[in-house]
Amino acid sequence: MTTRVTLRRTLIACGLLAIALVLAVVGMSLIGSESLPARASLCAIASLGTNDCGLGRDQYDILFQIRLPRILLAAAVGGSLATAGASYQALLRNPLAEPYLLGVSNGAAVGTMIALVFFGSNEWSRPVLAFGGALIATLAVYQLARGRAGTTPERLILAGVIVTTFLSSVIVFVTTLMDATRIRSFTFWLLGDLSGTTKTLLPVAIAMTVFGAVALTLNARSLNLLMLGERDAFDLGVEVGRVRIVVFVVASLLVGSSVAASGSVGYVGLVVPHLVRLSLGSDNRITIPAAALGGALFVIVADTVARTVIAPRELPVGAITALIGAPLFIYLLKRV
Amino acid sequence: MLEARNLTIKYDQRVAVADVSLTLKAGEVTAIIGPNGAGKSTLLRAMNGQLRHASGTVLLDGDPIEKFSRRSIGRRIAVVAQEAELRFPVTVLEFVLGGRYAWASHAGWGWETERDLRIAEAVLNETELSELSGRLMNELSGGERQRAVLARALATEAAFLLLDEPTANLDLSHQATLLTLVRNRCDQRESAALVITHDINLAAQFADHILLMKRGKVVDAGPPRAVLTPELLREVFNVTVLVDAHPVTNVPRVTPVLG
Repeated sequence: MTTRVTLRRTLIACGLLAIALVLAVVGMSLIGSESLPARASLCAIASLGTNDCGLGRDQYDILFQIRLPRILLAAAVGGSLATAGASYQALLRNPLAEPYLLGVSNGAAVGTMIALVFFGSNEWSRPVLAFGGALIATLAVYQLARGRAGTTPERLILAGVIVTTFLSSVIVFVTTLMDATRIRSFTFWLLGDLSGTTKTLLPVAIAMTVFGAVALTLNARSLNLLMLGERDAFDLGVEVGRVRIVVFVVASLLVGSSVAASGSVGYVGLVVPHLVRLSLGSDNRITIPAAALGGALFVIVADTVARTVIAPRELPVGAITALIGAPLFIYLLKRV
Repeated sequence: MLEARNLTIKYDQRVAVADVSLTLKAGEVTAIIGPNGAGKSTLLRAMNGQLRHASGTVLLDGDPIEKFSRRSIGRRIAVVAQEAELRFPVTVLEFVLGGRYAWASHAGWGWETERDLRIAEAVLNETELSELSGRLMNELSGGERQRAVLARALATEAAFLLLDEPTANLDLSHQATLLTLVRNRCDQRESAALVITHDINLAAQFADHILLMKRGKVVDAGPPRAVLTPELLREVFNVTVLVDAHPVTNVPRVTPVLG
């Protein structure tokens, strides 16, 4: 991209993405193993569920109790992970940085498991401990990656691999302590599963996504300079330490709330920001908000595929994002 | 005025900078010359407020530099070093506009103003990069990139320029243009520059003062004519040199005598 990013351009790009997102939320709610009458469903959605518009009781429940919450969760999870990925990449100057690959998602997963095992009845404990797990994993990776000569991208990815494998073995250890029936649903959850929404976790995930995307966008200009080197950014007036803490904490909130609600959906934080950069340029003032909206779109579509392709059975959405994400990433690597 | 007073910087046992005092005055160019490991870059970094492991003080316009926020230092002091890591595609114009960061009304957000754009265009023009402004930084040659780094520093409109080997990748003509730019900036806007260089003859031509450093200590400081003597240069670099007057500019000219 050779044209400079301006506020106008950002607003147009984000506006278009937001329209596409609304269309996707509505459109994908009509698709599924149970087919819903389009006109009646649109009428019911337009009236925000106050009017059933001739939908059958079962159809009404499918639309408002199952599909829409799941689609909104998909949007929140996708938005969170893509926003976190875009900010990690800029802060750590590493195009490969991503919550899943850095082990941050696994940290949140361990936190969620601890909450499930010890505070099973308290749903609030899940996002809180997931946030704690994500933050600890982030700091561990960052400390491991810091060598005498500073942090190199290779060291960071290596540290991510170490933390990921360590936390994976913790997860395996806890899983083996569970009974056989729970193991299956648990494995599903670990791969990223959007079917288990609850009335507590969904609003938390949505609120965190909006808050996180706004908070990180407000640091986008500092991240633009950090993307070109920590020392340069420091010289040009960036409070490097403060921005680093903001990104670590906010990204951990984003990853924590999304993992607590849906397990670890991989590759979203890698693929979406790269697609956004290729089409809109690398200015974080456009990359971060566009990644939030694009990530939401991406996971909504991926989840629709996951729940329809072998209907009435379902795939974990993480399997689909990885299936789309990995080849796309190889393609991107060759192009860049 | 940017001033270091009795600055000492120690890493573990090693003394990188030993009791150095230095003043950058408006309109003056100071060059630091010395062998590798003399503490030149450490001194330059300290002048920009990186004072970990340091004793002594750095004063910016009379106040200790620690009192200033990074943003207000960013408006007063610009650094040119070879640090830019270009892992993401950034155009030359976007890169240079980075120099306007410290002037934004909100630290992390906000957009470049018309004034920012005018300043960026002017410095791109000065550094002969106008035609490349839409190109990506990683498509540029080493020399062009180095000019872009200088352009970004000039775009900050800082009163103090700290340059760490700014001419290292440049060809003969661009070495001269770059230092002429720095010289003009100091003459016209009452800026002050501190330049680390290995090119003694270039320093002799452009600098008002030369600081000779060895193992963290200042061996001598003063105008080129006073400092660039065969005796002092032998003490600092352990080589025999011939110093005569440049036939055109009449500044000292240093030639190593081999064998």
